[in-house]
Amino acid sequence: MALLEVRDLRLSFGGLKVLHDISFSVEKGVINSLIGPNGAGKTSLFNCLTGFYKPKGGSIHLGGRPIAGLPPHRITALGLARTFQNIRLFKEMTVLENAMSGQHCRSRHGIVSAILHLPAQRREEEAIRAAGMHWLDFVGIEQHAHRRAGGLSYGDQRRLELARALASAPELILLDEPAAGLNEREKLDLVHLIRRIRDETGITVLLIEHDMGLVMQVSEKIVVFDYGQKIADGPPEIVRADPRVIEAYLGTEE
Amino acid sequence: MIDEVRTMPAAVQPQLMRWSVVLPGLAALACALVLPQFANAYVTEVATTALLYIVLCLGLNIVVGYAGLLDLGYAAFFAVGAYTSGILTAEFGFNFWLTIPVAMATACVAGIIIGAPTLRLRSDYLAIVTLGFGEIVRIIARNLDITGGASGLVGIERPEIFGFKLMQVQHFYYAFLVLALLTAFVCLSIERSRMGRAWFYVRYDEDAAAGIGINRVTAKLQAYMMGAVIASVAGCLYAAKMTAISPESFTFNQSLLILLGVVLGGMGRIPGVVLGAILVALLPEVLRGAGTYRPLVTAVALLAIMLFRPNGLWPDKRV
Ligand SMILES: Nc1ncnc2c1ncn2[C@@H]1O[C@H](COP(=O)(O)OP(=O)(O)OP(=O)(O)O)[C@@H](O)[C@H]1O
Ligand SMILES: [Mg+2]
Repeated sequence: MALLEVRDLRLSFGGLKVLHDISFSVEKGVINSLIGPNGAGKTSLFNCLTGFYKPKGGSIHLGGRPIAGLPPHRITALGLARTFQNIRLFKEMTVLENAMSGQHCRSRHGIVSAILHLPAQRREEEAIRAAGMHWLDFVGIEQHAHRRAGGLSYGDQRRLELARALASAPELILLDEPAAGLNEREKLDLVHLIRRIRDETGITVLLIEHDMGLVMQVSEKIVVFDYGQKIADGPPEIVRADPRVIEAYLGTEE
Repeated sequence: MIDEVRTMPAAVQPQLMRWSVVLPGLAALACALVLPQFANAYVTEVATTALLYIVLCLGLNIVVGYAGLLDLGYAAFFAVGAYTSGILTAEFGFNFWLTIPVAMATACVAGIIIGAPTLRLRSDYLAIVTLGFGEIVRIIARNLDITGGASGLVGIERPEIFGFKLMQVQHFYYAFLVLALLTAFVCLSIERSRMGRAWFYVRYDEDAAAGIGINRVTAKLQAYMMGAVIASVAGCLYAAKMTAISPESFTFNQSLLILLGVVLGGMGRIPGVVLGAILVALLPEVLRGAGTYRPLVTAVALLAIMLFRPNGLWPDKRV
């Protein structure tokens, strides 16, 4: 059984059809990419998967459970985390507090135990902090833990968003253009980091990316969108040679 | 480094709980403890009012400063507490201390009734609904027999503790001081906990918060209810101190004053809110000499603060 199973997914805004009967699946432990020209509907698909948009039809199953139409926080709790195309950090809070936010859905204690300073609550707080530090360390920005998140360099903000998503202990992580705005050196680090996510934590990755070099380098499977339709999917060598993909990218290639 | 944050909760940066924070706090506490020994009844009375506003502003700060919700009818929960306690002691002979949990529960229920449907909508709706709620509570209090109508409720029992009856202004001063310290402790504890951080996440970016697994509706509702509970406890003690309450103590103006205290000092952090609350309580007294120019002076002072310190006099460094 695939980790993520999307069947005949449809989405429209008023008369505008954004996704037409999209079907594809994501196997556990595989690095997947979703590519397509601007406006193809990639981010919209992510928004459907994570509960920000309500699809008009079709089904989404995560680990065999139907998740289409659930609110975002429930979907995150079921093991699907994401980053945003335009970085959405809690800029006014510290880097560590940002990373700790991912642990919210993995912890329990509420207001009353916090007021009473129950030992179990103190232990849980420690665990949340430790998890936050662990993921900051994993993405390589633990030295900035107590700085304001908004003051980080652009590349480090992208890493922090990744750490925050990883801290929610997902099965599948969706990355929306993680390399956008990064220089060549940072892109290399990112490729390395994405591989480590899969190899060291077993978390499955699905990423949207425009940089074809990076996509071909890192992905084991590619799904291609054009005008809200899936026009191809498969291993990089096959997708690269597909005439429909070449056509869709003609003139839009960098 | 400019980006170094110096005002983080201690759970995040325990090493930052420096003497520079603790010492002035202890000094202020010491002054507060001995004040009634040196001050006359008038000063003690004003100081008691300041302590009441500290409690109310800290409570509203949870709603406005932590969770970022605009509540324009906060005095309604203050009224719920005062009337619940007043009615139970004056009409049904309840022990004052037993009325506190009842008032808290009533405020919780009222909070859910108002909050649960509205907090699902965009934040602006809450401002309008809470404004309406504040007026409804006041109008109900004006028109029911059990609340004493427009002339109010009289004959509220004075509380006893270990056989000692709270009577004089000094007694209530200390009672409010204890309540203010308790409230500050509660706020600090929550601020540095999982739920407190969730409120800040929701305040700074609702969508990102939902995306990392926070139920924004429950988070907001909890903040709203927590604020309601604190106001209701303040209401209980207020009713006991006054022994008579009337709907005019719980007007829209009262809600605005509390909100002013929160915004004036710098919403979000406790020291700023305490400062704002004290100013709100003192302003009418200080400006007594200004006579008929008082509203003008107040307005100019407020405008000046908003122009030159838009984040409050003692702002949250995070804003
Ligand atoms: N909330 C919305 N309301 C109306 N139209 C929308 C909305 N979200 C997306 N769309 C439309 O859906 C289409 C697909 O947009 P989407 O952002 O998913 O594209 P994308 O593939 O992510 O593009 P890019 O590579 O530029 O990020 C666009 O035509 C866009 O205008
Ligand atoms: Mg996009």
